[in-house]
Amino acid sequence: MIKQFKIAVLAAAAVAVSGVATADEFIPAIVFDMGGKFDKSFNEAAYNGAEEFKKSSGIDYLEFEVTQVSQREQALKRMAKKGASVIVAMGFAQASAVEKAAKAYPNTKFTIIDMVVDLPNVQSIVFKEQEGSFLVGMAAALSSKTGKVGFVGGMDIPLIRKFALGYVEGAKYANPKAEVFQNMTGTTPAAWNDPTKGGELARSQFDRGADVVYAAAGGTGIGVYQAAKDAGKLAIGVDSNQNYLHPGVMLTSMTKRVDVAVRETFATAKAGTWKAGIRVLGLKEGGVGYAVDQYNSSVLTKEVIAKLEAARADIISGKIAVTDYMSK
Amino acid sequence: MIEVKSKFGSPAKVPAWVNLALIPLINLAAALFISGIVILIVGDDPIQALEVLFYGAFGYADAIGYTLYYTTNFIFTGLAVAIAFHCGLFNIGAEGQALMGGLGVGLAALYLDFLPSWVVIPIAIATAAAFGAFWAYIPGYLQAKRGSHIVITTIMFNFIAASIMTYLLVEVLIAPGGQSPESREFAELSWLPFFHDFLPMPDTPLNVSFIFALLLSGAFYYFVWRTRWGYEIRVVGQNETAAKYAGISPSRNIILAMALSGALAGFVGVNEVLGVHHRLILDFTGGFGFVGIAVALMGRNHPVGIFIAALLFGALYQGGSELAFEMKTINREMVIVIQGLIILFSGALENMFRPKIESFFKRKKTTTAARA
Amino acid sequence: MMTNNTALELRRVNKWFGPVHANKDISLSVGRGTIHGIIGENGAGKSTLMSIVYGFYQAEEGIILVNGKECLIDNPQASIAAGIGMVHQHFMLVDTFTVLENVILGVEGGARLTDGLTKARKELLRLEKEYSLEIDVDAYVGDLPVGLRQRVEILKALYRGAEILILDEPTGVLTPQEADHLFRILNTLRDQGKTVVLITHKLREIMAITDNVSVMRRGEMVAHVATKDTSREHLAELMVGRTVLLQVEKEEATPGKTIMKIRDLSFIDGEGVLRLKKIDLDIKAGEILGIAGVSGNGQSELLSVLGGIDRPSAGSVIYKDEDITNSRSFNARNLRKIGLGHVPEDRHRSGLILSFSAKENTILGYHDSPNYNKGTTLDQNSVLKTCEAYIEKFDVRPPDPNLNASGFSGGNQQKLVLAREMENDPDILLVGQPTRGVDIGAIEFIHKQLIEMRDAGKAILVVSVEIEEVMSLSDRIAVMFDGEIVGELDAKDATETRLGLMMAGVKEDPTSEQLEENKAADS
Repeated sequence: MIKQFKIAVLAAAAVAVSGVATADEFIPAIVFDMGGKFDKSFNEAAYNGAEEFKKSSGIDYLEFEVTQVSQREQALKRMAKKGASVIVAMGFAQASAVEKAAKAYPNTKFTIIDMVVDLPNVQSIVFKEQEGSFLVGMAAALSSKTGKVGFVGGMDIPLIRKFALGYVEGAKYANPKAEVFQNMTGTTPAAWNDPTKGGELARSQFDRGADVVYAAAGGTGIGVYQAAKDAGKLAIGVDSNQNYLHPGVMLTSMTKRVDVAVRETFATAKAGTWKAGIRVLGLKEGGVGYAVDQYNSSVLTKEVIAKLEAARADIISGKIAVTDYMSK
Repeated sequence: MIEVKSKFGSPAKVPAWVNLALIPLINLAAALFISGIVILIVGDDPIQALEVLFYGAFGYADAIGYTLYYTTNFIFTGLAVAIAFHCGLFNIGAEGQALMGGLGVGLAALYLDFLPSWVVIPIAIATAAAFGAFWAYIPGYLQAKRGSHIVITTIMFNFIAASIMTYLLVEVLIAPGGQSPESREFAELSWLPFFHDFLPMPDTPLNVSFIFALLLSGAFYYFVWRTRWGYEIRVVGQNETAAKYAGISPSRNIILAMALSGALAGFVGVNEVLGVHHRLILDFTGGFGFVGIAVALMGRNHPVGIFIAALLFGALYQGGSELAFEMKTINREMVIVIQGLIILFSGALENMFRPKIESFFKRKKTTTAARA
Repeated sequence: MMTNNTALELRRVNKWFGPVHANKDISLSVGRGTIHGIIGENGAGKSTLMSIVYGFYQAEEGIILVNGKECLIDNPQASIAAGIGMVHQHFMLVDTFTVLENVILGVEGGARLTDGLTKARKELLRLEKEYSLEIDVDAYVGDLPVGLRQRVEILKALYRGAEILILDEPTGVLTPQEADHLFRILNTLRDQGKTVVLITHKLREIMAITDNVSVMRRGEMVAHVATKDTSREHLAELMVGRTVLLQVEKEEATPGKTIMKIRDLSFIDGEGVLRLKKIDLDIKAGEILGIAGVSGNGQSELLSVLGGIDRPSAGSVIYKDEDITNSRSFNARNLRKIGLGHVPEDRHRSGLILSFSAKENTILGYHDSPNYNKGTTLDQNSVLKTCEAYIEKFDVRPPDPNLNASGFSGGNQQKLVLAREMENDPDILLVGQPTRGVDIGAIEFIHKQLIEMRDAGKAILVVSVEIEEVMSLSDRIAVMFDGEIVGELDAKDATETRLGLMMAGVKEDPTSEQLEENKAADS
């Protein structure tokens, strides 16, 4: 029995060796989370960043989409074993997997997005979503005719409440009388990908008088935007710049530059400037923001933009303090 | 009309190996064949895919570890669905019962970690069983006493379980300062030993739950076929009228079978929470409860069959993720398609080839008999 | 020999089910304008043969000729087209439709229902008159008694132009009077030139109505005879292949003390229907009490209440001088423990688990007895030994304890149930339909067992819809109608007519008015 196992281990080692790249070869890798790389949101932004890196550097990357909880650790370890130079793990849910994989492969660089893992070979990138949400909250309140705006969250977890709180504060800052309706799509991971329910929630908010709705709900947002388009209301996208989805309906998008984070991770790792530790990306660092492009120029007015820009400066300078739900 | 067949003595019998081996293999082959066509259509090499799938499931020690780790879950849920089947009940709620089992494990591990290992672990396993059993007891009770259909109630209870878990993880059990809905890591004394802790093999999630699952399979066989309680459950499942005639209470047995079913499903929590993740997380059940239905169907509700089916699905899960790793065109959706085809052919379309094959063997027997 | 007078002819028909040769080289010739009986034990292959003629099954070999012409009958439609109609044992009618709607179901003719209906009504009224079916074409089938539903089936066949009518065990569900009416209808049909094929296992019917009779045994046709040239005994012998005793041989009963006293017993079922109305019965040691009645008049409910399956709604059951009605032990499990055996009416639905082996069926209801358990474990060895002993004593064939119950013939299944219920040494035995679907050889055996048990001083309650059986087996007979005991009489005084009237709900009351009614019902 033991002998057989030893043979198996040897075989595995052989496979591992043959799979390991030569030291000078640079192999970036990324592990997407449950939403999948085409979720039009968080994971897709990462995918775009990785693709940009591939285009500019000509270096292909390894990728894997997780479908099972236990695959996270497995995938990270597989990547490390295959000789990946730097591995990006998408999403807070991968934190414990990163922790284990990073301990098992202390010479491999890991970067986790949206979560902090405190290990010498892990870089943690977190965003100040509350700041970006604050600005789009202002945009919503300033563009609203009814003084009522809505928020549709994905799964009811602290991260999404962080979005919600920033949004509410922004709306109230712009219009102290503003009323904000909040709904979470669900309490299970299915809430990230339920456009039907997203649409329902948006419609019910419209019925109550809201005329701008902000979706921080992954794939569920698609339904929210469609509902806004059908009802002739405005919607605000999230994570990626989603303005192109429905020109004239999308007021703006709260951009969380996950793409930039991924691209930079790959680039710095290649250049040898990758550093472990925590990177917090807020307005100041350009990690979050709001999108202005040809698709929303008709709905996001110059006056509003001017006010948003003023607020952005105040947040950066610390004049406006946006509450972080996490540290509340 | 069918009755006529049985009137002349024993009905035509098909050799056991046909039923137990040939038909499942033909079903599997058909599924793989169709999958191969699909892979061909997306522009990849089906033979290579099959090789990767097989190698990825059994080809090296890591793979075997992962395959057996998935198998463990499928044995638990397969047995869970099977015990309910034996009582004529369709338990779709193994997913929710597994979640509750995990919750039980989590609570025990989080709040009793001042106790020594050999106390905490058995208590955690017992609470897994108790929580899972309780979660299945309610639908069982409603079916037995109120006639609420078990399929509907167990589905509902999956949702309720998911909501409770989310609430608790988001509001109550969340690790202090953590942002993802996870509990803190359990104290190490409550972890189940991994196989790689005592065997020379690489790190995999395979832990002693696997052995527990095998022991339970044996206990399952003993209980169902060797005790009067198992006998009663089977009588109720086969024929409720006869059960009443024999003085066997259908409602009592329905409740009992459901509670046992829930307890078995709850052990998924032992494998996942106590064995692998060492913390309470949200979606550790990952659909294992639903796959358990297919496992029980394919395994014909017998522990040996369930083990084989669980191994097959374990291999599919592990080999499937290997496919996604190794072959660019095969993404996770393709893997789900292939898994779905196998479930379709061996579960839902189980009877597609059966009549033809059976009549082939019967005819063969008849003609030889007639000539003799 | 083929003449124009042959309505239906089969030549060398062979049919297999797997290794079972269900019909062996069957040849049959049915004359036009005759009533032709096909008799045989259960499982002799009668129903299979007729299913071949009706196109449900196809024979592997052999041909079918209708009116001298060879016909390919590969589905029921082909059979109907050839002028064959079938009345099944279990009616195939929609309860919520009227007679008219049922009859035209499937042959509505045209997209507009009303056209078809008007035409159909005219045709139906004509048929109904011609064959004196006495049926209201606008009545809902669900409201009709069984006898009339059967006539709807006949009407259906005639409406589809049947020249040859096949009836499969038509009297199983009828009272003797209803059966007589059916026979009158069949006679009329014959007189009008139709051909009738009657499948039955009842000798009485064959003798009463057929012109010719063919006897089947074990898948083979063993004799064709003209009815007038044969006798019941002779036919029975042909069916079984040996001499059989049609009459149960028994000594005079010596009733002992009352084992079970039933008083004012009422039962309301789950749907709120009063199924048993103030039943009074005494079941005595050393005596067989027979319950006669058309099926569905409360006999099943009586058995299930006395067997502890259902709780009575009112009244009392006194067992061995103890009122057990309200005790906690009034359930099937505990009644068995205090000496009650119960052979249920329907062995498929309750008496056996068909998918279980004979061995596992041996302990149904007794599975928690210490005889079969060692601690928590079922004692396989003891169960097997018990089963082998039962098989031996009751001559169950094949003698295979591991064969699934579904693999035994009806008679052998019944023997398995009887063995289990009798061998646990009960003081009182409830028996429902002791010989339903059981071949003649086994009937003889089962009756003998019951008599032996009676002679051993046990109390026995027999419920049967076979009036002959009740009469020959019982020492005392009670007749049930509509949930009531309409009368109780000594078996010696029972005649088929007396019982038949009671079964139709006519209470025996020697007032002139009642007698008048009886006469009216009789004619």
